[in-house]
Amino acid sequence: MLDRVLPPLTGAAMLLALWLVFMVVPTEAQMGVVQRIFYFHVAAAWAAFLCFFAVAAASAAYLWRGSARADRLALAAAEVGVLFCTLVLVTGPIWARPIWGVWWTWDPRLTMTVILWAIYAAYLMLRAFGGPDEAVARYAAVLGLVGTLDIPVIHVSVRLLQGMHPSVLADRGGQSGLADPRMRAALWVSSLAVLLLAGWLVALRARSERLGGEVAALRRLAEAREGGGT
Amino acid sequence: MTAPPVRAAALTRLLAGTPVLARVDLTVAAGELVVLLGPNGAGKTTLLRVLAGLLRPSGGELLLFGVDVRRGADAVRGRLGYVGHESACYPDLSGAENLAFYAALFAVPDARARVDELLAWAGLGAVARRAVRTYSRGMQQRLALARALLHRPALLLLDEPFSGLDPTGAERLAARLAALRAAGCALLLTTHDLARTAPLATRTVVLHRGRIAWQGAGDAAAIAAAYRAAVGDGD
Amino acid sequence: MRAALTILRKDLRIEWRTKESLSSFVVLGVLLLVVFTVAHDPTPAEAPALAPAVLWVTFVFTGILGIQRGFLLEREHDCLAGLLTAPVDPAAIYAGKLAANLILLGVLQAIVVPLIGLLFHVELGAVLPGLVLVLLLGTLGFAALATLFAAVAVRVRAREVMLPLLLLPLLVPVLVGGVKATQGVLAGGLAGAADALGVLVAFDVIFATAGWLLFPYVVRD
Repeated sequence: MLDRVLPPLTGAAMLLALWLVFMVVPTEAQMGVVQRIFYFHVAAAWAAFLCFFAVAAASAAYLWRGSARADRLALAAAEVGVLFCTLVLVTGPIWARPIWGVWWTWDPRLTMTVILWAIYAAYLMLRAFGGPDEAVARYAAVLGLVGTLDIPVIHVSVRLLQGMHPSVLADRGGQSGLADPRMRAALWVSSLAVLLLAGWLVALRARSERLGGEVAALRRLAEAREGGGT
Repeated sequence: MTAPPVRAAALTRLLAGTPVLARVDLTVAAGELVVLLGPNGAGKTTLLRVLAGLLRPSGGELLLFGVDVRRGADAVRGRLGYVGHESACYPDLSGAENLAFYAALFAVPDARARVDELLAWAGLGAVARRAVRTYSRGMQQRLALARALLHRPALLLLDEPFSGLDPTGAERLAARLAALRAAGCALLLTTHDLARTAPLATRTVVLHRGRIAWQGAGDAAAIAAAYRAAVGDGD
Repeated sequence: MRAALTILRKDLRIEWRTKESLSSFVVLGVLLLVVFTVAHDPTPAEAPALAPAVLWVTFVFTGILGIQRGFLLEREHDCLAGLLTAPVDPAAIYAGKLAANLILLGVLQAIVVPLIGLLFHVELGAVLPGLVLVLLLGTLGFAALATLFAAVAVRVRAREVMLPLLLLPLLVPVLVGGVKATQGVLAGGLAGAADALGVLVAFDVIFATAGWLLFPYVVRD
């Protein structure tokens, strides 16, 4: 499934999305050509969110059952999630600058995205630099769960900030105002393509983690045999 | 028939994929004093910590007083005492305060009297009010042992209790352990001091690379020979 | 929960003897206050507007830096093993530590808040009850997460940097809610702070529960 179905499926969806976004969809009246980035920007945001929820689910499964597979899935989903979150944070300003004249604003949605990025970047830091103690996987799982639990609370709390800055993005509806059905189609297809890509990357990463573990185990076995004698 | 304090079957503990304990079968009955020998890295401390409930077994079965630790050993924790390499006593509190704290945690019924009794037993009456930070190593060890005995455990797990003790202290400890054994407590202790512990032991177990290499009884010489045979000359 | 009380009393007694956590809290807190004042150099007119933000940033940073002490003392002499081999629910350890942290942080605030009132020309007298409520709610949320992750941080490498790294993004609701609520209270009493207080209450409930449930996974091997 991983090697036979996902790659061609993802490739096909991506090609379709690219064709739709660059060839079929009309140029948006207000924002111009740069608006096309929106289709991938939103798709990447979806992918990141789903990845982070996957981290929470896998973390819970790991804590509950101690399944190493769940742990690998959590790590893979976190890495891919941070990747796509970074893409969101990069494509956003690229889109915003020509249209609103600013690279960044502390709009609630942007703020939330940065904080989310920070939480899961910290998760990756913990796993990378937490040390050799194998309890680190457990600690990371706790962090993964707490991070996702925090998402709704952060969402509500950053809305409190709205009063501080005038919202530059007053009509940034995201998906509202997509009158043309071609635009909606493009959004669906690009979302699907990006989600497939994200899923494929997570599966690949989880597999590479498993293989890495097997190699390490074999290496230890070889060392023990060499050093041991009987 | 009551369940033995310890019954371990195929007990395994992995660390980063390597077995530190590999399929250990061990039973300790009441009134037994089992001495655990083995080279450094054999897994003695790990075994003790798994039995004490500080580490979860990766595989196999462990029953403490008939209760499967996987199902929750909380109920039986009140019947075991553990003394590790460190004293587990807070250096900024006095000896008496440390014991009072643990007596409260274990819900010891006659706490105050019991604390005084054990302070006297450990020969720490004079320094009871001084901070543990000021105690010598031997004093800290006696305090640690007193702490483990507060709740009159039926199973006592001791990790190298003789290390760092001078000959008098070691003699006194040996006498105390023998008394506990005679009173029906089950004891499991690790040591490098074969001469001191052989007369105490009802059984000796040699652990090597996480496996039981030899078990049996005998005098110090016999056990030393068996140890050498089981472990080889490596270390 | 008698075990939790026993642990709380023990922690307070140790703190009373050494005053280590408390003194580092207070010194750090005052230091941060001075740094903020010097860095911004506000006029007496603009100072009160800064006060809520300075209060919460100082509190959160000082709290994160100082809170590890509570678990470091359990690492010395393997005291945690003593706690875990006792018939004590690990959640009780969490409750005890949380309570101890709350008290220490409360003392920190009792010193820092009047200082802020002084340095930033804010009239605290009238709004004190509201302010105390805001501080209580915010501190509870802060301590709930900080206690949980302090137990993690003492076990991992790079612990000095790890704890702020883990906690700061997670604590955004406490920061935002706390600052907004404080602004509301200073401006016109609790009514103005209703939304922010709601956020704090929600945070407290969710993460005190989460901490309670997850702590055993952190502390037991």
